[in-house]
Amino acid sequence: MEESTASVEVTVPPNKGMVADWASDQKAFKGVPWGKAMMWIFLVSDTFVFSIFLISYMTVRFSTKAEWPNPSEVFGLHIGDYNVPLLLIAIMTFILITSSGTMALAVKYGYEKNRKMCAILMLATAIFGASFVGMQAFEWTKLIMEGVRPWENPFGAPQFGSIFFMVTGFHGTHVTIGVIFLFIMARKAWRGDFDTGRRGFFTSQKSNYEAIEIMGLYWHFVDLVWVFIFAFFYLW
Amino acid sequence: MAEGTQQHPLKIYFFVWILLFVFSAFSYWVDWYGFQGYTRWGLILLFMMLKAGFICAIFMHMWWERLPIIFAILCPCMAILVFVFIMWHESYYTLLIRKLFFLITGT
Repeated sequence: MEESTASVEVTVPPNKGMVADWASDQKAFKGVPWGKAMMWIFLVSDTFVFSIFLISYMTVRFSTKAEWPNPSEVFGLHIGDYNVPLLLIAIMTFILITSSGTMALAVKYGYEKNRKMCAILMLATAIFGASFVGMQAFEWTKLIMEGVRPWENPFGAPQFGSIFFMVTGFHGTHVTIGVIFLFIMARKAWRGDFDTGRRGFFTSQKSNYEAIEIMGLYWHFVDLVWVFIFAFFYLW
Repeated sequence: MAEGTQQHPLKIYFFVWILLFVFSAFSYWVDWYGFQGYTRWGLILLFMMLKAGFICAIFMHMWWERLPIIFAILCPCMAILVFVFIMWHESYYTLLIRKLFFLITGT
């Protein structure tokens, strides 16, 4: 790992040096800012947390004798006379992907030191994220009104409720934390903290636009987790 | 990566963005169309892996990272697959015991 200020030449394409870096008896992640490496390590640990949730879901779904509720019907919405399967979940998926796109662009404009575009795109990301959480709140309300509880539900296997609330709740918490940090980072970018080297309120450290990429890593990870939840919980 | 080295054309982000929309639409279509069995599971897994791969590689810039950090991230995740394998067998064992219990007790 390198300090972000060090003038390390990054080889292009940089994706080599597997043996040399690990065997160099120095630093393994040459040219990688320490903040980014730390975020990746956190994301790996978070991957394990979500994996354990999804594995426990697999275990209870395979081992229950009761019929597993059909998510296509449980999460369907009635629009007029039609029963559209998984409509809200599909909209939530598209919103999260849209927010991932705006975040990727924010990172790009950050590296180009275009602070206004960077801040606007991060603000858009935060608003998309907030609307995602809002829809999730709507979904929770709907299911709770229909009698879904962590210990029982009217559709089938009682484990369905506990897995649903745990997995989507934990993911929603991640999105909420991400939204809060996106607002904070958007403000910092707009004010030009990453150009002037203004010290952070909490850390008292100077920062630069690498912080936007690190924020982006977290946000894309939240989207990544949703891809797996959507596939295994809602579609399977 | 050091500052100034992250210069990716706008085009690639829009390309991946559209791809993610298309893959999501396809995975929703799997449910809409009502595929069942191995076709359904295969298609769900295919679109899931494609989406996850593109998000990781392009949006999270893993494609341009140095190999040591890519391996440091991806190798530990292999342990998850081992855990899935173990719990998969465990769950069938639990189901078997439950079925036997209900058979004997007559419930």
